[in-house]
Amino acid sequence: MSEAGATDRSARIPSRLPLHGGLAALAVIVIFNAAITPNFLQLQTLFVNASQVAPIAIVAMGMTLVIATGGIDLSVGAVMALAGALAPLIFLSDPLAAHPAAGVALAVAVPLIVAAACGLFNGALVAFLGVQPIIATLILFISGRGVAQVLTNGNLQTFNNPAFASIGTGRLLGLPVQGWLALAIAGALWWGVTRTVWGRYLLAIGGNERAAYLSGGPVARVKIAAYVICGTLAGLAGLISVAINSASDAARNGNLMELDAIAAAVVGGALLQGGRAPIFGAVLGAVIIQLIRYTLLANGVADEVALIAKAIIILAAVYVQQRRRE
Amino acid sequence: MLLHMTEITKAFAGVPALDAASLEVAPGEVHALIGQNGAGKSTLIKILTGVYRRDGGDVRLDGVDTTLSSPREAQAVGIATIYQELNLVPLRSVTENIVMGHEPRGRLGLIDWGAAHARTREVLARFGIDVDVRAPLGAYPTAIQQLVAIARAVSLDARLVVMDEPTSSLDASEIEVLFGVVRELKRSGVSVLYVSHFLDELFAICDRVTVMRDGRTVATRAIARTGKLELIADMLGRDTLEIEAEGRTQFGGAEAKRGAELLRARGVATGPRLRRFDMALHRGEIVGLGGLLGAGRTEAARALFGVDPLREGAVLREGAPAAHGGPADAIAAGIGFLTEDRKADGIVPDMSVRENVTLAVLPRLARRARIAFAEERALVERFVEALGIKLAHIDQPIRELSGGNQQKALLARWLATEPEILLLDEPTRGVDVGAKREIQRIIRDYVDRGFAAVLISSEFEELVEGADRIVVMHEGRSVRELTNPGITENALVHALAHDPKAAA
Repeated sequence: MSEAGATDRSARIPSRLPLHGGLAALAVIVIFNAAITPNFLQLQTLFVNASQVAPIAIVAMGMTLVIATGGIDLSVGAVMALAGALAPLIFLSDPLAAHPAAGVALAVAVPLIVAAACGLFNGALVAFLGVQPIIATLILFISGRGVAQVLTNGNLQTFNNPAFASIGTGRLLGLPVQGWLALAIAGALWWGVTRTVWGRYLLAIGGNERAAYLSGGPVARVKIAAYVICGTLAGLAGLISVAINSASDAARNGNLMELDAIAAAVVGGALLQGGRAPIFGAVLGAVIIQLIRYTLLANGVADEVALIAKAIIILAAVYVQQRRRE
Repeated sequence: MLLHMTEITKAFAGVPALDAASLEVAPGEVHALIGQNGAGKSTLIKILTGVYRRDGGDVRLDGVDTTLSSPREAQAVGIATIYQELNLVPLRSVTENIVMGHEPRGRLGLIDWGAAHARTREVLARFGIDVDVRAPLGAYPTAIQQLVAIARAVSLDARLVVMDEPTSSLDASEIEVLFGVVRELKRSGVSVLYVSHFLDELFAICDRVTVMRDGRTVATRAIARTGKLELIADMLGRDTLEIEAEGRTQFGGAEAKRGAELLRARGVATGPRLRRFDMALHRGEIVGLGGLLGAGRTEAARALFGVDPLREGAVLREGAPAAHGGPADAIAAGIGFLTEDRKADGIVPDMSVRENVTLAVLPRLARRARIAFAEERALVERFVEALGIKLAHIDQPIRELSGGNQQKALLARWLATEPEILLLDEPTRGVDVGAKREIQRIIRDYVDRGFAAVLISSEFEELVEGADRIVVMHEGRSVRELTNPGITENALVHALAHDPKAAA
């Protein structure tokens, strides 16, 4: 069995490589910052980054599920804008202004339901009509933000609602609420992907859809679920980002988020052809992207340059994946 | 000698794949390379064509020491390869595929399409192929595509054409055309290295044969002075007499003990390729579907499994209409479908053997939403043991297994669902002789336990010896039925060739 032992090792190590690579990259960034960036090793830094990375990580995890089916969701940024625009409209509306608790509850629930419906729309187009995911999700990519702007007449909505704002500014055990939220979601999704029948089908569909179908896999249902989760998480990220600012700007909320989410998923080890769903990888990818942006900003480098750095990171991640595929 | 490979060694991650393998090909010779899966044929070919680098040994081409480090270099020295999976561009025209990378240029460096089309027609005409060279290659059947691949190789002035399982997707008449091409190559002094699982083919066109086993070259024989049994014995490393005693296939001894009816197709039609299909299947029997390529055998299996919706007719499950809305329903109704195309429809390559084996039985392994992992492992280990699947461990990606073991794993996938009916589409295609016999035995054992199977096979021998009855199909219709004992290969061929209208 010595031969079996050798194959054992070689078969298992590569599947963990991207995470190791990601952790190494993270370590490099942290060490670099500790040496260069003033005041980096402070709790405040952790707090700022955790609160900013959470929305990216949350969207990236949903994106990872969709990518695992061999799809892609371009509409996440627009869904964020839509959900973010709805929330203030709801709790600021006349009938609900008198009932703040109900207002906040509805302002969270309704946008999430709408976001889930967006995911359902995407998923149905892909699963039932066989529309290419990039085209199917392009529809909401274009129209979702438009609807959000129409709803708000293109105005910036500002508000003062501490209860709602706590989604984005509250603290729990010294860390931002949305950070905990992201971790909880990661745990739940990781469990779903690795432990449930649905997760197994998800990966099988991404790995070989025809085989999964001929083996009795509920292909349409599993795919739609992935898009619905992705949409819902995008809606949640939209709410968080509105809550952080106590203001909703339909034109800017979630702008370019689809690219950040795809980048985080890919850096985290997702394969665009499907078949892999590294949930914690997506979180790690989001953290790396966020930290790079933070590093450059904290050291006085313009935001535009940060985009180039992001591109280099994606390039490096793709390179590592290609080498693994050999 | 045109090609002289000696003492070739190659190891992957410390595991030897080739150990002192050798191969000699003479100019203008059709040379066969055979061996079980995992014997090292592919590795040897990939070293020859520059895909892999050898660890040791000599490769001499025309007596010159040669080291090729890319397929392009191999092409430059006149070695062309036709792979099992064609590496052509289906959406581009036939001409573009033929001249790709060697386009005739006119003034200004633009492609001279007139000359390109003319050259393509000329090259194809040599092999008796007459097609519209402007049409996209994908519009033609696989056989034509394969011939185009060969034509492309020859147009690049190949001295040695390597053909890897060239007939695996061809029907009988197309194989004849291919053989014509091979003979034409031979006549013009081009050598052919012919890799195939079909021993009959070797006797039809090859001059000599090299047999490999466990990474070694075990024999090189002149075809004219050897027999099928000797080759099988070489491949398996066994004694000729011993094999003869066991009989040629494990299907032998099938006896018609017909039980209750399990499945019946009545006038089933799903489209132009399946127009009227009738069949009955009883407990304890194997019903074979015989026919040439395109006769509608796979389509019949798909109809029974609920993949293609019925346009006419009915499928009856134990006498009651079966409303199969799709594979999930069929599986729930106790039917399994081992598909023909292992890669496209069978394995999920990056998933583990464990995950592949349990893919169809997942609903039963679910405890609410969660997979019962302990049960899953036990189930897989039971089947790995029972079917003799060779692997390092059950969490190994299935793509790392040999073809025969992948096929066994897929068979395990269906047996795990405990079906009453197995639909088997070419269950032993592309697997080595040893695995083939084991798979046949597994199927026979399963049916003898009171279940039933529908067997589709392009190998007449397997059908004749394996099936209790054979439903003969022709152009989407079931045209007649033969019953064992008493079916001979000749009778089957006769039935296939017979005009269905005269039979009716």
